[in-house]
Amino acid sequence: MTAPPGRAGTAPAPARPTTASRGGAEHPRHLDVDAIKKDFPILARTVHGRRLVYLDSAASSQRPQQVLDAMDDYYRTTHANVHRGVYALAEEADRLYETARLTVGRFIGAPDPEHEVIFTKNATEAVNLAAAAWGRANLHRGDAVLLTDMEHHSNLVPWLMLAEEHGVELRWLGVDDDYRLDLSDIERLVDGVKLVACTSMSNVLGTVPPFSHIAEVAHRAGALVLADGAQSVPHVRTDVGELGADFLAFSAHKMLGPTGIGVLWARRELLEEMPAFLGGGGMIRDVRHDGFSPNLLPWKFEAGTPPIAEAVGLGAAIGYLEGIGLDAVHDHEMALTAYAQRTLHERFGDDLRIFGPPGTDQRGGVLSLAFRDVHPHDLAQVLDQAGVCIRAGHHCAKPLMRRLGVNATARASVYLYNDESDVDALADALAEAGSLFGSP
Amino acid sequence: MTGLEDLYREIILDHYRSPRNRGELPAPPARRVEGFNPLCGDEVVVYVQVEDGNVTDLRFSGQGCSISQSSASLMSAAVKGKPVDQVRDLIRTFKAMMSVHEASLGDGDGRHPGGPASNGAGPDGSGDDALVVDPDALGELAALQGVVKFPVRIKCATLSWNTLAQGLDEAETGSPGS
Repeated sequence: MTAPPGRAGTAPAPARPTTASRGGAEHPRHLDVDAIKKDFPILARTVHGRRLVYLDSAASSQRPQQVLDAMDDYYRTTHANVHRGVYALAEEADRLYETARLTVGRFIGAPDPEHEVIFTKNATEAVNLAAAAWGRANLHRGDAVLLTDMEHHSNLVPWLMLAEEHGVELRWLGVDDDYRLDLSDIERLVDGVKLVACTSMSNVLGTVPPFSHIAEVAHRAGALVLADGAQSVPHVRTDVGELGADFLAFSAHKMLGPTGIGVLWARRELLEEMPAFLGGGGMIRDVRHDGFSPNLLPWKFEAGTPPIAEAVGLGAAIGYLEGIGLDAVHDHEMALTAYAQRTLHERFGDDLRIFGPPGTDQRGGVLSLAFRDVHPHDLAQVLDQAGVCIRAGHHCAKPLMRRLGVNATARASVYLYNDESDVDALADALAEAGSLFGSP
Repeated sequence: MTGLEDLYREIILDHYRSPRNRGELPAPPARRVEGFNPLCGDEVVVYVQVEDGNVTDLRFSGQGCSISQSSASLMSAAVKGKPVDQVRDLIRTFKAMMSVHEASLGDGDGRHPGGPASNGAGPDGSGDDALVVDPDALGELAALQGVVKFPVRIKCATLSWNTLAQGLDEAETGSPGS
C-alpha cells in the first residue's frame, strides 16, 4: 500500500493473484476474484432484489475498501489545506498530497514525477489544460492537429474549440472495417501537424491502437503526441516512455479511485514553456497590480485548493492495483473478454453483434453490443431489472457512432472484480430482453 | 421483473413493432421539425400538416428506443384529424402526465447509500401538479403512464411531443421549417 504513508496496516492487503500459471490469454494468471469482490463493499448490494452485476467500469469503476479507508482516514485524522501551512496537520496533508503525486508518477513511468504530474479534476480537464495552455500558445491559424474517428468527446471538443476560435485545422485518422485505426494514410496526414491527439484505448470499441508506432511517426514529422489514457491507464501497464507520449491524460475514478481527480502528465520542458491554465491561489509566485508570475511546477497548473483527499484515494487505488499487478488484471480481463465473446456468440449467434475487434489482441475489456433490433436503451432497461449495469447511448463518441452507422450501442465493460458469472448474468438478461422484444 | 411490465405495456410494444403513421410528408406544405435527445442520440422527425386550424396529417421518422418510437406512434394516432387547439391541450395533458411525479421519484429500490430509505413517494401517490391528469381522457396514451416510474426514460416519451409542439408553433408564426 502506498497511501497513506506512515499509516501502514490500516487496510488489508488486496487479494493477490496466484502466479502458478503464466501464459497467454487462454491460461492467464488466476485472479482470486471472489476475494477481490469482497474488497468492494458495493458489490454486496442488490438491485431490484437481484445481485448487483456491475459491467460499466469503462464509465466509472467501483472502489475497494482500501481506497475508502484511506480517504476516510485522511479526513478523520489529517485534513488541512495543503501548501503554506506551518502546523503539523498541514505538513502531513502536504506530504500525503505530494506523496500521491510521486505514486502516480511512478505508476506511469514518469521520468520526473515531482514536476510532471499535474492533478486536475478529471481526464477531460487534463485534455482541456493541454489544449488551453499548450494549444493556445502554440497553435495558430493554419496549424493542424491530427485526431481520430474513435476519440471520446473529451479529446475532440477542446480541439474543436481551438479550431473555432483560432482557425486550427483538424485532420482525422479513420476507423477501418475491423474497428482499428486506419493508418494507411498517416504519413500524408501527419505531415505538417503540430500535435497528434489519440486515445490509447477506445471507450466504445475497446480497440488499443498501436500508440507507440503512431507516436514514432508523429515525432518523425515533428509533431507532439497526446494520449487520452482514460481507458487504458486503469487496465494496461503504462510507461509514458514506451508509449512515446508527450502528454497523457487520465481519471482516477475509472481506476478504483475517487471522482473529482484526474491527471495530466507532460514532459517537463513542455510544462515549463506552457502558460498557466486556471488562475487563482496556489498557482502564483507573485501577484501585483500589473500582473502575476506563475508558480513553479507542478503547482503552476493547480489553481485553488486541490483535491487532497482524492489524491490520497488515488494513491491508495494505485497501491491496490499494484498489489495485484496490472499484467494480471489485464490477463484476467482478456480471458473474461474471450469468455464473453464465446458465450454471447454461442447463445445468440448472428442476433448479437459486437462493435470491436474480434479476439483479444490489441483490445481491452469493452464490448459494445447490438442485439437484434432491440434499442440499446431498452436493453439496458431490461438488464437493469436483472441487476446488470451496462451503459447505453453514444458513449460521448458521436463521430464514431456515425462511422458505425448507429445512434447508440449497449456497452458492457469488465474489470478485475468481474468474473464468468457476471458474463453469464449478462447473457441471461439479454435472453430475457430478446423474449420481451421478440419479433411480432 | 417487477416494474418492467409497467413500462413495456402490450400497447407500447405493439406500436413499437408496428408503428402507425411512420413516414414523411412533402414539406411544404407540411412542417418538418427535428427533435433530438442529446442524452442518448435518439432523433425524431415530425411532419405535421395544418389546414384551417386542423392537424390534417402527421407522419414521423427517425430512430429511437421503444418508448420514443411508440410514443410518437401513439401521438400520431391521437392527434391526426384533430383541431390544433385540442392537440395543444393533449400535448399539455400528456406532458403533465409525464412530469407529475418526476421530482419526488427515488430509484427503483427506494434506497440511497448513506441516507434514510426514501419514503417511496411512488407514481400512485397524489400529484401536486396544478394540472390533474385523467388517464381516461388519454385513451391508449395512458399506456405510457408507467414511464414516470423510470425517470431517465421520460425524455424518450416526450421527445416527439415536444417536437410536435414546436411544429405547431412554427406553423402558427410562419417561422422556420417550410
